[in-house]
Amino acid sequence: MTGIPLIGAAAPGETLAWRGAQPVSAAQYLADAAALAARLPARGHVLNACADRYGFAVGLAAALLRGQVTLLPPDHTPETVRRLREFAAQPYVLADEGTAPIDLPRIPVSAAHSPITGGFAVPRIPAANLCAIVFTSGSTGAPAPNPKHWGALTRDVRGALERWSIAPRQPAIVATVPPQHMYGFESSVLAALCGGGALCAERPFYPGDVCAALERVPRPRALVTTPFHLRALLEDAPRPPPLDLLLCATAPLDAGLAEQAEARCGAPLLEIYGSTETGQMATRRSARESEWRTLPGIRVSVRDGEAWAEGGHIEQPTRLGDVLEPLAEDRFLLRGRVADMVNVAGKRSSLAHLDAQLRAIAGVADGAFYMPDEDSGADVRRLAAFVVAPTLTRAALLAELRQRIDPAFLPRPLVLLERLPRAQTGKLPREALRALARAHVPPRR
Amino acid sequence: MSSVPSSAPLAPAADPALLRELAGLIVAELNLEVQPQDIAPEAPLYGEGLGLDSIDILELALVVSRRYGVRLRSDHEDNTVIFASLSNLARFIAQNRTK
Repeated sequence: MTGIPLIGAAAPGETLAWRGAQPVSAAQYLADAAALAARLPARGHVLNACADRYGFAVGLAAALLRGQVTLLPPDHTPETVRRLREFAAQPYVLADEGTAPIDLPRIPVSAAHSPITGGFAVPRIPAANLCAIVFTSGSTGAPAPNPKHWGALTRDVRGALERWSIAPRQPAIVATVPPQHMYGFESSVLAALCGGGALCAERPFYPGDVCAALERVPRPRALVTTPFHLRALLEDAPRPPPLDLLLCATAPLDAGLAEQAEARCGAPLLEIYGSTETGQMATRRSARESEWRTLPGIRVSVRDGEAWAEGGHIEQPTRLGDVLEPLAEDRFLLRGRVADMVNVAGKRSSLAHLDAQLRAIAGVADGAFYMPDEDSGADVRRLAAFVVAPTLTRAALLAELRQRIDPAFLPRPLVLLERLPRAQTGKLPREALRALARAHVPPRR
Repeated sequence: MSSVPSSAPLAPAADPALLRELAGLIVAELNLEVQPQDIAPEAPLYGEGLGLDSIDILELALVVSRRYGVRLRSDHEDNTVIFASLSNLARFIAQNRTK
């Protein structure tokens, strides 16, 4: 039979996941996935909103077994869900106890395991099957779809897993990032499916939760995290539980923080560079090198001042939202972000998208978001917005924005003005916004 | 996750001095636009209300840990209850502070 196995496990008893301190075997996972697959509607698109990472992984496999596509939008705001309904036929939600209300038909994913029946036969999924559509915020207000095929996705993750070989094999994987975003999807859920380790079902929030989640599982242990969560952990946990591998992504990590993390956790830190469009595409040992090395087959180049990536698992040449300095085809330095891209505590969006959402609100005559200065990833900086909306109050405007964008991007401050300083051409020069910010945004502590 | 039962022996009212101190800390540490005295003690901190998001809550948890020696955990207290209002947070800190 052709196709790529749904899971990399070679034996039914291999641990594929941990729920708290309870291991879940590969055979149990396949049984749970098959049982859920039998309960899915005949057709439709799956918005997998399970808060529990194991439930998410079961939902993903069930969809794959039924040939249904999993939709992974950047957030679940009412406006995003409305756009999904326009985009995809018959969308429905896979939900567990931790899923917030979403205005779509709902299929519950039970926390109970299903009985294991029959022998251990790992299903194979054709490489060309569309597995997921991961959405970026887009520039027009509508989320932009990025199709992910099973072959390319597994190639992506297997390439990254080769880099995990600096640590003992098959760790228990604790992740502070959600399974619904590309980084958590690849580095926790797909890493476990591809035989790289066992995913831990919970998503610990406070540093104390992270420590407890790590302590519940045996070594080797990997922590999949972000600069923001890593800084919080190091600040609040004087002695984090011993680790074997640290993975960090979503915003560039400062070398000093990387060194401190390696020393305090006793583990190598592998930083991952990627994007929703490309998936993970390069890694570095941030404590000792600034150069990024691409995953197998991926080439980077700069054309007309824009950075591009292609080859390897990247399904089509992709323009990157960052400024790259290529050192060779497979090596580069990061030199910051393209002006339109913003990153708040590791969450990415584009100013064009946020502006489109703001201007779509009834009563907003004009408006623009502005990033006052760089967010270092570990140290959070918020966006400002300048808005002309004579009939709206600030509270009403914020309530509208809350329906449309992730809370991380809500403006602080939101400044109401009589008009924006547009040039005669209608353009809003960045220098004019900078001047507004100097006048209205209080300096940082 | 367990929630604080309504019969829990919470202090009848949060300490006004601690409330003022916390409001000042929140505004300063999170760079909020409001004045500390404008934070209503019973208004929600999260989402609508003061408008804090999960990034703020994590920052705030670090401040509370540093300043009062109280380490927040999702599994020993329901953080939606703790962060339901400034006075709930103040009462929680008053009961658990080690410094």
